[in-house]
Amino acid sequence: MPYTLTSFLLVSSLLFCLGIFTVLTRRNAIGILMGIELVLNAAGLNFVAFSRFGSEFQSGNPLNGQVFTLFVIAIAAAEVAVALAIVLSLYSRLKTIDVAEFKDLQR
Amino acid sequence: MKQVIFSVFILMTIIPSFWVALSSNIVHAAFSLLVTFFGIAGLYVLLGADFIGVVQVIIYIGGILVLIIFGVMMTQRGRVLALSVQLPGKIFGAVLSAVILAALCFAAVKTLWPLGSSDRELVPTSAALGDLLLGKYLIPFEAASLLLLVALVGALLIVRKSVEGEK
Repeated sequence: MPYTLTSFLLVSSLLFCLGIFTVLTRRNAIGILMGIELVLNAAGLNFVAFSRFGSEFQSGNPLNGQVFTLFVIAIAAAEVAVALAIVLSLYSRLKTIDVAEFKDLQR
Repeated sequence: MKQVIFSVFILMTIIPSFWVALSSNIVHAAFSLLVTFFGIAGLYVLLGADFIGVVQVIIYIGGILVLIIFGVMMTQRGRVLALSVQLPGKIFGAVLSAVILAALCFAAVKTLWPLGSSDRELVPTSAALGDLLLGKYLIPFEAASLLLLVALVGALLIVRKSVEGEK
């Protein structure tokens, strides 16, 4: 593939759709988390690709996109910590991580 | 040469992510995610984002992926199952993500992006990123650190409650 903006965009679209597919088809709660990580990575790749190839007259500082990727990574870290806490808590209660079993989330 | 390295990183990103989506063994999916993250870190470096590439390796691979693998190991007993939905749900997911993929690819190819000079020379980005984070983006930066603190405390609280509930 040529080293252009379009090929980066195509790669990140493919990553995004594989992430969506993973989220939609997994019943394992941790598998769903992996899909979300794929989606977030696709977004970060897009930000960095635009910060490299985008016009500096429209974006001001070309590093703005990279700052957004840093925030995406920080938020992904926070998200995965909380999500794993919820999954482990549900596991200790219900002895499964099959999301089809999580019909009743009340105490 | 650059072309070859670029293609290698793209393949390193794409092929394992298919495995993440389709593997029937959740441990294999977790380790393919590792390869995908390495590939994306390589793509970041090829895009001239050296700092983001290193942060990707440290936080995604050293932090998030280790957490995910811990989660996988702690919630499996006996057989390791991936637990996917049945066939109609799978077809629905495949069709929906294929439609999204087609739309995104169409937009990516057909849009006239305002391109800059792509032969802009690459300079180390960490100093400039630090200036931005403690200057223009100071408030979002502090909000992100607060978010991390709250997520940490919240995660501990959720897990502790469930452990106490068991007693």
